[in-house]
Amino acid sequence: MIVANGKPLEEIIGVVKGHRKILVAGCNECVTVCEVGGTKEVGILASALRLHFLNQGVEAQVGETTLQRQCDREYVVGARVTVEPYEIVVSVACGVGCQFMAEEYNKVPVVPGVDTSFMGGALERGVWSERCQGCGTCLLAKTAGICPVSRCAKRVLNGPCGGSTKGKCEISKDVDCAWQLIVDRLSSLGRMEDYEVLTPIKDWSTDRAGGPRMRIKEEVAS
Amino acid sequence: MSATTPSKLEKMLKAGHQAVTSECGPPRGSDAEAIKEKARMIKDHVDAINITDNQTSVTRLCSLAACIHLKLAGLDPILQMVTRDRNRIAIQSDILGAASFDIHNILCLSGDHQSFGDCAAGQNVHDLDSMQLIQTVRHMRDEGKFLGGEDIKRPPSMFVGAAANPFADPYEIRVPRLAKKVAAGVEFIQTQCIFNLDKFERWMGEARDRGLLEKVYILAGLTPLKSAGMAKYMKNRVPGMDVPDEVVARIAGVPKEKQAEEGIKMCIEAIQRLKEVPGVAGFHVMAIEWEEKVPEIVEGGGLYPRPKLD
Ligand code: SF4
Ligand code: SF4
Repeated sequence: MIVANGKPLEEIIGVVKGHRKILVAGCNECVTVCEVGGTKEVGILASALRLHFLNQGVEAQVGETTLQRQCDREYVVGARVTVEPYEIVVSVACGVGCQFMAEEYNKVPVVPGVDTSFMGGALERGVWSERCQGCGTCLLAKTAGICPVSRCAKRVLNGPCGGSTKGKCEISKDVDCAWQLIVDRLSSLGRMEDYEVLTPIKDWSTDRAGGPRMRIKEEVAS
Repeated sequence: MSATTPSKLEKMLKAGHQAVTSECGPPRGSDAEAIKEKARMIKDHVDAINITDNQTSVTRLCSLAACIHLKLAGLDPILQMVTRDRNRIAIQSDILGAASFDIHNILCLSGDHQSFGDCAAGQNVHDLDSMQLIQTVRHMRDEGKFLGGEDIKRPPSMFVGAAANPFADPYEIRVPRLAKKVAAGVEFIQTQCIFNLDKFERWMGEARDRGLLEKVYILAGLTPLKSAGMAKYMKNRVPGMDVPDEVVARIAGVPKEKQAEEGIKMCIEAIQRLKEVPGVAGFHVMAIEWEEKVPEIVEGGGLYPRPKLD
């Protein structure tokens, strides 16, 4: 899923404070699962904004809605009657959802209520960890299923670097060294000989480096 | 064995002499006098001088420019190059720039993470990793081609080195990792600072058993400790460093004002011991901001005068 962090309330207030009709818009997908932008969090943020305006003695209307998917035009268009009466939308979906909303509603400012961070998964309740950076040419078959692009601080493809210490990355004792994980897994798979295969220079043109990416599935695209 | 490049370091090694290298860090400013002065202090005692490339990710005068200053002063610099700050265009371009000044040695590194330095908010590049940088230089030199496949007019002629850490984790791959660098085409290795001599000797033994020492020259990396504080710092704070308790205890066991002297003594003793280890092709003395001590260490280790090459 896409994992995001809630922006500090003061930052959101700083952006919306001149407006009197504010819609907080959540999304039922990733941000719901990572507990930052679902119906529940929309309610919490809206209440906090209402309280702020109340304390300021300002009359403002703060609405709440949660779309099925903000990253899907069909649902974004479907929210028209909800969205259009408002002066500004605070989207607590990921950066994709926020942009899809902005692209559709060109008369209403749409601002992010979260900082979108990474593609990852839940290790346990309340703990998420990065796993993929969408490099466009997946290497996992060569790296024992552990991604050096997203999990190594230097995205070293023939690692580890010299900084790996007791299983941890040189950047922090709290971050696992991806290459320690790769070596451990190669060893438990009985495939240590694979370690010595040099990973060739990567074609990064399928990554962010190649420019904005698009995928078209001919069979279904009209 | 005949040398393939005009590198003095390569000739020294191929002539069967134990080589001596050292390193200088460029200044945090544009006055090149500082680095030239450091180099002058050590030039008669070493065969080649590494110029660090924004080490610990702290911005400094660039390695390439500093190498050029040394080259123009008649010395043999080793261009350190990290993959952190340059993509493959900049890397190939800098290699050609260095080659245009007849800089004949390069050390291929990934570089410390930028979070250690003065630009923690910066991006890192890592378009290539250090093994792929080794392959790139070898490709440019041996095939005379760019990565893109076009011919290079007057290809670089560089002796290709890399670092190795005999103490790094994970343990199981310390030697396989060296084998991988050798397969990538590395010709000489400068190791991480050695304080744990037993462990280094074991690593050398394993490398020898795998037949790697016939394919690569290993220069043992040594750093004189200045104080017990430095020993503790290196032990506890520097990633990938192995400083045994006895080493800390020995330097901490002498009075503060004698600790620097003790550090030099320990460094010299390490050279004397490691000189006898089969496969140790030379020494890389890293006297961090203490370059003036390099001559004393080299002399004490019995590595002076440097052999003359014809
Ligand atoms: S190799 Fe690329 S596609 Fe595969 S998990 Fe890593 S970043 Fe994602
Ligand atoms: S310590 Fe491991 S994870 Fe960290 S940069 Fe080095 S190889 Fe990558």
